[in-house]
Amino acid sequence: MTPRQIIGKIGLWFSVLVIVSPAILFFLWMASLSLKFEIDNAAYPPVFIPEHIAWKNYADVLASNRFLTYFINSLIVTGSATLLALLVGVPAGYGIARMSAHKSAIVILIARITPGLSYLIPLFLMFQWLGLLGTLVPQIIIHLVVTVPIVIWIMIGYFETTPLELEEAALIDGATRWQVFRHVALPIAKPGIAVAFILAVIFSWNNFVFGIVLAGRETRTLPVAVYNMISFDQLSWGPLAAAALIVTFPVLLLTVFAQRQIVAGLTAGAVKGG
Amino acid sequence: MSALTQSAPGAAQSDAAPEKELRPPSYWPFVVPALVVVLAIIIFPWVFTIWMSLNEWKVGSSTTFVGFSNYLRLTSDPRFIEAIGHTLIYTALSVLLPLVLGTFAAVVFHQKFPGRGFLRGVFIMPMMATPVAIALVWTMMFHPQLGVLNYLLSLVGIPAQLWVFHPATVIPSLVLVETWQWTPLVMLIVLGGLAAIPSEPYESAQIDGASIWQVFRFITLPLIMPFLFIAGMIRMIDAVKSFDIIFAITQGGPGSASETINIYLYSVAFSYYDLGYGSAIAVVFFLLIVLLAAVMLYARQRMLWTEIASGT
Repeated sequence: MTPRQIIGKIGLWFSVLVIVSPAILFFLWMASLSLKFEIDNAAYPPVFIPEHIAWKNYADVLASNRFLTYFINSLIVTGSATLLALLVGVPAGYGIARMSAHKSAIVILIARITPGLSYLIPLFLMFQWLGLLGTLVPQIIIHLVVTVPIVIWIMIGYFETTPLELEEAALIDGATRWQVFRHVALPIAKPGIAVAFILAVIFSWNNFVFGIVLAGRETRTLPVAVYNMISFDQLSWGPLAAAALIVTFPVLLLTVFAQRQIVAGLTAGAVKGG
Repeated sequence: MSALTQSAPGAAQSDAAPEKELRPPSYWPFVVPALVVVLAIIIFPWVFTIWMSLNEWKVGSSTTFVGFSNYLRLTSDPRFIEAIGHTLIYTALSVLLPLVLGTFAAVVFHQKFPGRGFLRGVFIMPMMATPVAIALVWTMMFHPQLGVLNYLLSLVGIPAQLWVFHPATVIPSLVLVETWQWTPLVMLIVLGGLAAIPSEPYESAQIDGASIWQVFRFITLPLIMPFLFIAGMIRMIDAVKSFDIIFAITQGGPGSASETINIYLYSVAFSYYDLGYGSAIAVVFFLLIVLLAAVMLYARQRMLWTEIASGT
């Protein structure tokens, strides 16, 4: 190696360190906060690695029975909103791609630009009139605002890249359009569906703004529940950080393990909910 | 489920028709269920919002048609005008900083080094993590007495800051969080652009002995410009609408120092339940985003024209 190459290598690794450390340090600090007793969290200078680890913070959060309710609420809302979005969005993406109806993407674009709050005002009134407030249904429906555009957008892009020859061959052999979709197009599109599924789950799980307006005491999702904890125990940082980490942990896990799909989905559609 | 099974017979029927080979096949049945959903949750709310914005509409009292008076009220609402200012500053900073840092990160991640895939995964964690959870931890880090940020500053001899607790520093502090969170998206988009660049220009630049900066400035930057533009556009749309981080950390405070349009809209609609006025804000807010996007498109076109003009 020439000296110039060595300097280049050092420069590269230094740059990598600079770029990655804000993320690493943040999440390590988050973990540190969540594992410390109040004495350590209130210490100055700050304690980075505590002598006594407070697993109790996690036990406290998980033991409160409401937290389990909110976790189940989150599962129901995100699960339903994602599945419904796949059910209507995957065929729609297929239809739009095959009809080359690119102008219809404008609706997706408008949905992408519109602030989440402007859906909330009219839909809030609708849910009130229909007497649905106090159940999880309003949140499931409004999360479709996030999940449906993501799924349609990604599926249009994906079906445009899948080969037409097989589908045409199946049509000539007398298959119906539905059979072609079900048995030819859909199996090929599985990787695209995985991408749409993962992104829809993440952005629905993370959604906060719909919950603060629509959720009652019993129907909060996890992000709303965590937000409400802030106002109540301002100073017990340990359990708060533990709750925050529990909420975001499934998403972080998904990010690390499904990184390839997430990167593909975000760079193809560059979609984000909310 | 029912939506899907409904569309199936429709598709089968149109195929059974004898003129199947003659006319282009209809894919409409595939789109109809999604169309219904989009009409119900995207189009209908929009139409309804516009209608509401023309009414005096408060929860718990009767509604009256008032024409454009909600919009007129906006022009003399100091809180709204102040919120526009906050939004524009917040947005400008939250577009520029991630663009610069994200481009740098993309150039680095474009190199080959061991552990690149894993480190890229770590790098994008901030943008996938739940915003409220992140905001909570940042709030603790911003704490003037116990926060880790002031401790880190003290290590390099900088006096303690009030961060989000002082009107003068609250917006820059929130931009710090937003930048930390969204630089990865810019990185991913630019990285996609870098992957599409051919290697020939670099080879000839190396033969000519160009410096790293020269290569970046005169080869890489012009080639990734379209991707930077897309990244900037997406960043603008998201930064203007930024809600979770601001709401969870400051709720627009201290006072109204970090109250953006979106935060003000929330207060009007869901703290004061003034839904007519809130709808008018929502409409103007949307138009403002469209306007900003149009300005960016126009600037980009101007740049292209001057490039062409200077090139010939």
